[in-house]
Amino acid sequence: MVTKSPLISIFLNNNNITIGRNLFSALKPFLESFRDLAPIVAVIAFFQLVVLQQPIPNFIDILIGLLFVVAGLTLFIRGLEMGLFPIGEAMAYAFARKGSAAWLLLFAFALGFGTTVAEPALIAVAAEAASVAASAEVIADVAEAKQGYAFGLRMTVAFSVGVALIIGVLRILKGWPLHYLIIGGYIAVVIMTFFAPEEIIGIAYDSGGVTTSTITVPLVTALGVGLASSIKGRNPMLDGFGLIAFASLSPMFFVMVYGMTF
Amino acid sequence: MDWLQLTWDTILATIVDVLPIIVILFGFQLFVIRRPIPNLQRVLVGFVYVLMGLALFLVGLEKALFPLGKLMATQLTDPEFIARVSGHVAETLRWQDYYWVYIFAAAIGFATTIAEPSLIAVAMKASDVSGGAISVWGLRIAVAIGVAFGISLGTFRIVTGTPLHYYIIVGYSIVIIQTFFAPRMIVPLAYDSGGVTTSTVTVPLVAALGLGLASTVPGRSPLIDGFGLIAFASLFPIISVMAYAQISEWRARQKQSTLSNQDETN
Repeated sequence: MVTKSPLISIFLNNNNITIGRNLFSALKPFLESFRDLAPIVAVIAFFQLVVLQQPIPNFIDILIGLLFVVAGLTLFIRGLEMGLFPIGEAMAYAFARKGSAAWLLLFAFALGFGTTVAEPALIAVAAEAASVAASAEVIADVAEAKQGYAFGLRMTVAFSVGVALIIGVLRILKGWPLHYLIIGGYIAVVIMTFFAPEEIIGIAYDSGGVTTSTITVPLVTALGVGLASSIKGRNPMLDGFGLIAFASLSPMFFVMVYGMTF
Repeated sequence: MDWLQLTWDTILATIVDVLPIIVILFGFQLFVIRRPIPNLQRVLVGFVYVLMGLALFLVGLEKALFPLGKLMATQLTDPEFIARVSGHVAETLRWQDYYWVYIFAAAIGFATTIAEPSLIAVAMKASDVSGGAISVWGLRIAVAIGVAFGISLGTFRIVTGTPLHYYIIVGYSIVIIQTFFAPRMIVPLAYDSGGVTTSTVTVPLVAALGLGLASTVPGRSPLIDGFGLIAFASLFPIISVMAYAQISEWRARQKQSTLSNQDETN
């Protein structure tokens, strides 16, 4: 009994620790998602209760909604690590091994165009831009003209993101320094600002930010980092990042060009 | 029933959004690369997680946070509220009287950026690639500070009605100058962090704020002045991320020099 008990207690203790750890590691992603959301909840609660001094409406609905958000964020991050990151990197390695730049560039264009053309945020911005154009009497204030304008704008932005990813991938292949290209892009945007019609400028500047969606970003980042790590002489930190920067810069330029054609 | 319907609709909408990406990925995989995908089953499960996760996330936001956040944006920009807290009559409001709007803009910009899934993804990747030299939280907080400052300045611009492009040009000039002084490794990541900040969570709330302000401030048109906040939110993180790296480098150098000073005195 005396000789046995220390062993048993060690065994039990270990077991307790592992159970505790397992439970903790299972809950940890959820706790992290809670922590990610805590600031939004705090800001909204503070402004509602202290500044506006109003009660929080539909309290139960909000609680259920928060649980949905936490569960969704947790699943999304798990899925990133299991699906989006590995496939982005696997494809980058496969293209690098295959050695065909033409296919890689076509893939980059397809990814940029395909992910942007159906982007809901872009559809919303394009529709709003059409109303602005109609009120500025650039196009006729009828549904047909507005739809045509919005469609043209969406195609322009999608095309420009496709072109941006081609330039971005070419840069990784060739090892061009990013900042010269981006600074050149900024200068082009600034020069265009003085020639583009005034009502398009706000939309053009905003369109850079709305093109990169939640699924495109991880995929494109994994592609860039994967390419930079599989090509000799490229540094994943210096050369792998930067694709998103191109994808958010080029729509500004092309949308202003689009505005000038009317 | 309402919840179920909304969840189902959102899942379908998310699938439609993701469909082009899936077609492109698997099309190239099958016809160009012609190699089996490693761990195919795991990757597919991952895709299902991403889809379901994004759909649940959007439903939750739509039900819980967006209605309240948007309502709040309209209430805070309401001239009556501004007149009440500032003690001025609605016709004689000055830009200083909108201080709660600026504070709200900064707070909501910071908070939504911390929860932005695409920023979490990029931060995870950056921490991974840099071997932990860039911490996930360091990057996320640096970006969030940039967005907070950007959106706050953006609301100030709408209230005062100054032209957007002046701010953007000054912002670009700062970025260009910083580029030549910041640690080389951070520059590409900093440029990228401009584009990732504004997606699922930030855009709807910020758009509501811009629209609310532009339609209530006298002399502003929601169609012209309502735009521009997203542009601010994607410009200032570039500056704040480079600044974060510059400050970390400077502090590391300070520490090193005090250490070597100590060595000398010893």
